[in-house]
Amino acid sequence: MAKITFPVEASHIMMFARAVGDTNPVYHDAAAAKETTAGGIIAPPSFAQAVAQFDPDYFLRPKPGQKWFGSAKGPTGIDEKPASSGGLHAEQHYEFHRHIRPGDVLTVETKPGKVWEKESKRAGKLTFRERITEYRDQSGELVITARGVGVTTERPVDQG
Amino acid sequence: MTLKASALKVGDTHSERVVENLSRTQIVQYAGASGDYNPLHTDEVYTTQIAGYPSVFAHGMLTMGLTGKMLTNYVGDGTLTNFGVRFTNQVWPGDTLDAKATVTAIREEGGQHYADLTLSTTNQDGKEVVAGSATARIDP
Repeated sequence: MAKITFPVEASHIMMFARAVGDTNPVYHDAAAAKETTAGGIIAPPSFAQAVAQFDPDYFLRPKPGQKWFGSAKGPTGIDEKPASSGGLHAEQHYEFHRHIRPGDVLTVETKPGKVWEKESKRAGKLTFRERITEYRDQSGELVITARGVGVTTERPVDQG
Repeated sequence: MTLKASALKVGDTHSERVVENLSRTQIVQYAGASGDYNPLHTDEVYTTQIAGYPSVFAHGMLTMGLTGKMLTNYVGDGTLTNFGVRFTNQVWPGDTLDAKATVTAIREEGGQHYADLTLSTTNQDGKEVVAGSATARIDP
């Protein structure tokens, strides 16, 4: 997979913290953040996932001139039936070598990991796919190692 | 504030209500901030009529972020060295979530003190939506 350049901006960190309802000043107030153990603004722990914004081919973002599978005039904007009920996120793990700060320009590389299957009563056959992502800073130092596991289900998860 | 090994014991807990009556708008807000615009989270028409779910539902990563808010409020700013979760049940609009951290170990490695924690986030029916673990640097 191609390497993605992820420039980290203070406004993006602020918006991300707002979205998870986190009012901690360490995520938006430079003066207050300076007085904390972090010594300045840092990103919330799960902010690394926002690298999706910088992936030019990210398939879960509508793009001009391309059909989008969400609803528009009809319940979906594509003609063919989607391949599955859609992938779900099963696990996410982060190892922090340090925390992301505004001004960081991260280079992000994802490699596929293990693949395994499991039979489930609630959703039929489950296929799990692991992805290992390394976030390195402008000096090449490792900032975060992430391990994500996605799952595709045979049918929508039964809510019973 | 950083936790202190001398003031901490295995079994100590911290919990917070991290969201009350989760709105579809907050899910959309998370889509915008994270860049994940999957219609399963943002598009009720697609999700009910095409994907076959009763309504849109939250990104797992929104629930992780909500859980992380409780966690960093407890262990302090910039002290986490590990944070991992499994998404065990979906989170729906209208859900109210409580997140809890429990200290499982207090240890020293190369002169640095650490606390290991397990994490559990549950909904208003007591159903676990996130199960996880974390490690944070702590003061002696």
